[in-house]
Amino acid sequence: MLGVSASAQQADRSKPPVPGPPPALKLPPIQKRTLANGLPVWIVEMHEVPVANITLIVKAGASADPAGKYGVSSFTAAMLDEGAGTRNALELSDAVEYLGAGLSTGSSFDSSSVRLQTPVSKLDEALPLLADVVLRPAFSEAELNRLRKERLTSLLQTRDDASRLASAAFARLVFGPRHRYGTPAMGNEASNGEMTVSDLRQFYSTYYQPQNSHLIVVGDVTAATLLPKLEKVFGSWKNGAPPPKPTVPVATQHAARTIYLIDKKDAPQSQIRIGWVGVSRSTMDYYVLDVLNTVLGGSFTSRLNNNLREEHGYTYGAGSSFDMRLSAGPFVASAGVQSDKTVESLREFFKELDAIRQPVPSEELTRAKNYEALGFPAGFEATADMAGNLINLVVYGLPDAFFTEYVPKIQGITVAEVQKAAAQYVQSDKFAVVVVGDLAKIEKPIRDANFGPVKIVTVDEILK
Amino acid sequence: MSLRHICLAAGLAACLSTAPTIAQQASKNITVPYQMFTLPNGLTVILHEDHSVPIVSVNVWYHVGSANEKAGRTGFAHLFEHLMFEGSKNVKEGQFDSLLEAAGGGNNASTANDRTNYFIDVPSNALDLALYLESDRMGTLVDIVSETMVNGQRDVVKNERRQSYENAPYGMADPRIWELMFPKNHPYHWPVIGYMEDLTAASAEDVREFFRKYYAPQNASMVVAGDINPADARKRIEHWFADVKPGKSADPIEVPPVSLNSVIKETLTDQVQLPRLYLAWLTPALYAPGDSALDVTSSILAGGKNSRLYKKLVYDLQVAQNVVAYQNSNMLGSMFRIEITARPSKEPAAQVLEKLKTLVDEELAKLRESPPDAREVDRVLNQTESSFFSRMERVGSFGGKADQLNGYWVQAGNPDWFAEDLARYQSLQPVDVQAAVRRWLPADKRIELIVVPKGEGK
Repeated sequence: MLGVSASAQQADRSKPPVPGPPPALKLPPIQKRTLANGLPVWIVEMHEVPVANITLIVKAGASADPAGKYGVSSFTAAMLDEGAGTRNALELSDAVEYLGAGLSTGSSFDSSSVRLQTPVSKLDEALPLLADVVLRPAFSEAELNRLRKERLTSLLQTRDDASRLASAAFARLVFGPRHRYGTPAMGNEASNGEMTVSDLRQFYSTYYQPQNSHLIVVGDVTAATLLPKLEKVFGSWKNGAPPPKPTVPVATQHAARTIYLIDKKDAPQSQIRIGWVGVSRSTMDYYVLDVLNTVLGGSFTSRLNNNLREEHGYTYGAGSSFDMRLSAGPFVASAGVQSDKTVESLREFFKELDAIRQPVPSEELTRAKNYEALGFPAGFEATADMAGNLINLVVYGLPDAFFTEYVPKIQGITVAEVQKAAAQYVQSDKFAVVVVGDLAKIEKPIRDANFGPVKIVTVDEILK
Repeated sequence: MSLRHICLAAGLAACLSTAPTIAQQASKNITVPYQMFTLPNGLTVILHEDHSVPIVSVNVWYHVGSANEKAGRTGFAHLFEHLMFEGSKNVKEGQFDSLLEAAGGGNNASTANDRTNYFIDVPSNALDLALYLESDRMGTLVDIVSETMVNGQRDVVKNERRQSYENAPYGMADPRIWELMFPKNHPYHWPVIGYMEDLTAASAEDVREFFRKYYAPQNASMVVAGDINPADARKRIEHWFADVKPGKSADPIEVPPVSLNSVIKETLTDQVQLPRLYLAWLTPALYAPGDSALDVTSSILAGGKNSRLYKKLVYDLQVAQNVVAYQNSNMLGSMFRIEITARPSKEPAAQVLEKLKTLVDEELAKLRESPPDAREVDRVLNQTESSFFSRMERVGSFGGKADQLNGYWVQAGNPDWFAEDLARYQSLQPVDVQAAVRRWLPADKRIELIVVPKGEGK
């Protein structure tokens, strides 16, 4: 077989082929139902692979932690599968794994979740295990004490990792010890050391209720056959008193550029974090900031990565992000750079953070918009991807139309809108600048460079 | 494995998943249909159709890795991989990424001991663009490579080494274990990321030589998978790759014999809070007899709360923060690894780790004496079967269907080797785990490397 006739014509390499019109993404519908106890259920059928991804979302996370109890949300979620229903922690783990299923629990600032991934052939056996974990967690004292040691050790290990330390320091220095975002979601040594079973039970009984939760099911299921099964295992879940709506005040903005240095002896790289308080997910500027960040530090060809990695070779990668939460989360630009280029790197960071305030050339803007808009369909491929998108709608109260509006809204962003947003959200003369590195090598050059006042910060101050 | 750029994957932790746990049902379902042909220049092409989302993945494996490197040029296969994104004869520097981003696409690559893999994922309307970029660098990178290009990526790769090894907690332990396990003249002796002085020495002439030696189309295979019409995709592939000239086939690697006949002990210090124990054994190559049994053994030892080492050290005694065990499978030989991080203790690090080692040896001795329970093995096999289904969910990126088809073709000689691979596990009995521990994990032939916190001394 030859089959070369179509290719007989020499390929024209003088210019790259221009893609035709982008394919449309056809999303399966979100089937919205409600169980008798009021628990909302969203089902999206994806029949390609015989699996199901079932996530129970509780609309309360670390932001609901009371002062002095930072980490209680995270600890509560971690304890859910340490014994539930009639099974202790080991029996529960064995039962889930034996089905070939996976069950995980977690908590972010804005929500808590229990996720079950199971072969659909084992759904009937796996669902009661999920329900046990959500409805009947044991909260045993022995398991709490065991997990406490594990969590305290993990917090201790923060000190080993310059990157993790830099992020924790940045959060603390921007938000302070009294704002919830200034301490990791899992809390700190003191709060984890004191956590009791009754703390966890109280958090659980306050927030884990049908009226504060949402069930997301994605996979090889049909709504008609699934609903009776969900009714059967979640039907007995009752509401209590309506939970308070967690509110996190917008943090006081970082006022003037300050360089915070943390020593890591002999470190061959400096971990850099630069930024301040950003925006909440409900910002009117969501789409423009998406595009702005793509240009600045949200893609491989973004300015920060192109400058610090491709042009200068100071780093393996540089980027930026707006972490949009229910309240305004951090905006941060970051990189790990070779120690002897720390000052040069900071200079390039500031250069790009200032340059983004100038009008973005139209070709660059178009590329960024296309990267986000045309790449959007790829984010719906696997059941976990789809579930993640639905969870975002639930936690941030977005309309279903978000999925269809995203592409045209991104494509509609203008140069002027980006410039206006940059002027408001990227003000490098007010940013907190955190550097974790070998101060013996980098402190004097940083001081000499006069980027701003320098403060030496200890690891203990950050982590307490 | 070293990557071109950092994966910002958020959902990795949640990837454990799913499938019918009845063996027969699983084997029957687990097939990925494909078409395969070879271009006149020697490039093997594999097509797979999947219209679930409108994206296409172009996935290329070059049959070269760090094992092919010559003395004094360690890390070169990976440095070369970086240069593959820096432009080619018709694609200016920076254009490779800009063109793809402007089309809504993405890309990445990674280098391992035995191979280098690349992917370009694009919306299906941009297939021609992906093929244009892939064929241009396959055909013409050699024509434009310069010292300036090499210098730029040399600095990036050095920073990758700093970030992922030198400045990472316990980061220098893994490269040291490879050095201890394989003799100096063995191609697995040196790290994929390479040594700093060798990275410094790499030149544009080295790039040209490497390109001619290893980057000819007959040393590569390409999978195009996703939202395609196979006949149409074939025409486009033939169009874009017709002018890529054939080259020479790469010479096979000379592999000296390797054996481990005693316990090799080593102590490293690092700026860490907690001591860690590494045990490493020399084990059968990827897909060789014993490989799958050792995979299952690793889960019997450290997969889940009921696994033997986790339950004993982390759950019951609470003397360890975590336990990791895995069979690291490679074409020329594998390593079985156990890694245990101690809990804080007032005792000296060496003493703490000695106790942990004794506990590990007790558990290994039990498995040598009697096979694991049927339930323990079934639990692992059910998880394994499920993982084969979760691996069907994505077309592109690392580990998607395109990458897996290519991996099976390169490493097993059959792109759709899914059912056969799963059968390697399903055929195992508890006695096979016992036999694997007896045969491959002896207490007197292994590497025992410890990392102790700086300041605690050796």
